[in-house]
Amino acid sequence: MTLDSKIPEGKLEDKWSNYQLNSQLINPANKKKLNIIVVGSGLAGAGAASTLAELGYDVQCFCYQDSARRAHSVAAQGGINAAKNYQHDGDSVYRMFYDTLKGGDFRSREANTYRLAQLSAPLIDHFVQQGVPFAREYGGTLVNRSFGGVQVQRTFYARGQTGQQLLLAAYSQLYKMVRAKKVKMYPRHEMLDLVVIEGKAKGIITRDLVTGELKRFAADAVVLATGGYSRVFRLSTLAVGCNGSAIWKAHKKGAFFAAPSFTQIHPTALPQTSEAQSKLTLMSESLRNDGRIWVPKQKGDPRKANDIPEEDRDYYLERRYPSFGNLAPRDIASRAAKERIDAGYGCGKLNNAVYLDFKTAIDKLGLETIKDRYGNLFSMYQKITGIDAYKEPMQISPAAHFSMGGLWVDYELMTSIPGLYAIGECNFSDHGANRLGANSLLQASIDGYFILPNTINNYLASEMKVDRPDTSHPEFEKSELETSQHIDKLLAINGSKTVGHFHRVLGKVMWQECAMSRNRSGLEKAIVQIKAIRDQFWSDVKITGGKDELNTELEKALRLADFIELGILMCMDALEREESCGAHFREEFQTEDGEAVRKDQNFSYVSAWEFEKGNFKLHKEELFFEFVKPSIRSYK
Amino acid sequence: MKIKFKIWRQEGPEDKGAIKEYTVNDLTEEMSFLEALDHLNEQLVLKNEEVIAFEHDCREGICGQCGVFINGRAHGPINNITTCQLHMRSFNDGDTIFVEPWRAKSFPVIKDLIVDRSAFDRIIEHGAFISTNTGSAPEANALPIPKAVAESAMDAASCIGCGACVATCKNSSAALFTSAKINHLNNLPQGKAEEHKRVEEMTAQMDIEGFGSCTFTGACEVECPENISIVNIAEMHARLMKAKILG
Ligand SMILES: Cc1cc2nc3c(=O)[nH]c(=O)nc-3n(C[C@H](O)[C@H](O)[C@H](O)COP(=O)(O)OP(=O)(O)OC[C@H]3O[C@@H](n4cnc5c(N)ncnc54)[C@H](O)[C@@H]3O)c2cc1C
Ligand code: FES
Repeated sequence: MTLDSKIPEGKLEDKWSNYQLNSQLINPANKKKLNIIVVGSGLAGAGAASTLAELGYDVQCFCYQDSARRAHSVAAQGGINAAKNYQHDGDSVYRMFYDTLKGGDFRSREANTYRLAQLSAPLIDHFVQQGVPFAREYGGTLVNRSFGGVQVQRTFYARGQTGQQLLLAAYSQLYKMVRAKKVKMYPRHEMLDLVVIEGKAKGIITRDLVTGELKRFAADAVVLATGGYSRVFRLSTLAVGCNGSAIWKAHKKGAFFAAPSFTQIHPTALPQTSEAQSKLTLMSESLRNDGRIWVPKQKGDPRKANDIPEEDRDYYLERRYPSFGNLAPRDIASRAAKERIDAGYGCGKLNNAVYLDFKTAIDKLGLETIKDRYGNLFSMYQKITGIDAYKEPMQISPAAHFSMGGLWVDYELMTSIPGLYAIGECNFSDHGANRLGANSLLQASIDGYFILPNTINNYLASEMKVDRPDTSHPEFEKSELETSQHIDKLLAINGSKTVGHFHRVLGKVMWQECAMSRNRSGLEKAIVQIKAIRDQFWSDVKITGGKDELNTELEKALRLADFIELGILMCMDALEREESCGAHFREEFQTEDGEAVRKDQNFSYVSAWEFEKGNFKLHKEELFFEFVKPSIRSYK
Repeated sequence: MKIKFKIWRQEGPEDKGAIKEYTVNDLTEEMSFLEALDHLNEQLVLKNEEVIAFEHDCREGICGQCGVFINGRAHGPINNITTCQLHMRSFNDGDTIFVEPWRAKSFPVIKDLIVDRSAFDRIIEHGAFISTNTGSAPEANALPIPKAVAESAMDAASCIGCGACVATCKNSSAALFTSAKINHLNNLPQGKAEEHKRVEEMTAQMDIEGFGSCTFTGACEVECPENISIVNIAEMHARLMKAKILG
């Protein structure tokens, strides 16, 4: 099978309008007859479900939480980018496109990335109209700030709760359509399998998390919007329930998985303090606008941060990357922190952190300004750590944060299974090997609101002629039976170790070998270790409670079983890519001063893996740079 | 730390439910309260017992999914935080901690500490939106909004929908939740076109769901993780009067 990215003809700036001109339309009366399943109701899913319903489609939408309002988009703090050039600082669609492509280290498609930048401005209009209370100037216009990896101010925000405000707007729009009976919402339903009939996606199997009942749903197309899978590391900035199960099941049914190992490690999370810790809280990157990052110059300096004088502090980002300083992109900032911590300069109780200091900013701008900008982040920091960061520096540390990888999709956001789409964080599309801050709320929203509703008709127009299968179709029978056997098998093991135990072990291996810095022997070892974890899990896990009831242990076990398999593929992908690019840093490929060495002649492609009964076959989608010449990324 | 937990166990909506006692010896001060429950649950699994069902997701105080009564207070002993933000350092070695689900007629118990809060979603369905379809928005800066207006909308909009306000209210009123949403949207120029209809429909739905009336005890604002003020409720009442006269 060859991968056709379906990039439209024409100049970069005309591709999207050319696409729309040539794509098929469906008249409103016929849309009513078509049913679309949307799995996930985060920004991507809620945006898609509500917009598709507004257009006239019949929509069924699913999420595992008790309400769509809780999807993990809610946790995004910092902001959302758009090329509005409101700050008159030289921003443009082209500059945003270029920043994104370069930020991703030239491992994404030009056409997709350009479209992301192109649709960013109307998205801000949309959200303002939906009532998002973005930050404003005294004169009433919108405010912007900077994020890592760029030199203009194009980030829009609502205090430190941007994701919450965008999600609540999407959720409101969704429930407006629920009330209009155009969307049927199924909360507390987890997708456990995809149903493929004659090569096309036609439905899903879900588990009702309250009763345990397995249910079948049929549709003319299926959209996955299930978010990121960084919980494969266990400790991450994601919500505890975030999972890779829906996309993993789709992968096993034939959808290619692209760049699975491209994971963003965020430089500014709170450090781990104990073994029992269940999650790492993010401190927004926006803090790097005014905070300065440093470690003591002396190893294991016993003094308190405030007692260490200027001359004994190493502001290592400012030192190594003078032109971007504390706003260097995430992958670079995380690796630089790891380098200092590993070299013995880490601070905090476990020597696993670096300082993020606001003293200079407070002296310069005044306490009130800093409070106005970051008040809720400082109070959140205090709630968790008990430390007042207005008085002493925060302690921060890198944490797994975002999956650039995900299901392979073409320009229409369709996966390699016809009729199956992947939108938002669960696809691999625009961010390449590293995502720029504040670009993923954007991507999730644009995928859901603007792109998918314009591309899905191109497929559905031909499906009009085909009858929607009934849920009594043998493929539904088979999928449900397999799912139920999978559950029975798990419950029957009745071993001696908890699900949590296996997740901790998996997380350690993944964090050690497949996170910020990777090498051949480590990855090879990790694959062996994860296979052993898989075998132990399937012979020794213990789950109490039954399948026909609300059973949180069973939910965790089902998700972990998929994470274990995904972990193996992530390591294989990292092993195969013998270069360093973006967040993927292979120790064998670095310059003398520790910068990444990209190998464009051999690796300028998107890796797209086919499941092949667990043998994982690699397909390559070559990347063509027609408009931009890939350069060496330098933030010095 | 050694803690004696007294936790509400209830198999399902029909079950009567009862408090059960569990002692855990090896907790640490750094653990969050939910991590302590995780730890207890792992011990239960190893003893072949069913785990305690509780809700949580983001574990950073923003999704609103967590929320239980701890020693008789919604979200525990500290004002204005979520259950997931509570840490064991707030307790002493040897303490006994009572853990119960939200108690309100409109929030029926599903299992153990999990309740059904879908009534909130139905209040939202009844007008907590601006009826503009995707694709038809005007240019964002075409309509300047004074900073103070945007800020006050944001204060109200920050509600995480956890339900602590209802659970802590002796009347099980949803007035703080509903008023916060109304004031968020009605404060903004974009929300004006539907302001009267919104207040009327949302408050009516609040009654249909069986939430009680607000008698201004102020108990809710003490527990609200987002510090949403009861001034919102007074404002909602004023808006409702106005809507009835003008609407
Ligand atoms: C702490 C944090 C801060 C961030 N800050 C920013 C920021 O400032 N700016 C920015 O641009 N980006 C930020 N990001 C990234 C951004 O928030 C996410 O990439 C984006 O919100 C993802 O949206 P989504 O709709 O794809 O997924 P989500 O919002 O995660 O939604 C996933 C949905 O899928 C459902 N689901 C999942 N699995 C299943 C299943 N098996 N069955 C049924 N339903 C399922 C869930 O219930 C949920 O409804 C941040 C991320 C984190 C973790
Ligand atoms: S778990 Fe999200 S608010 Fe507590």
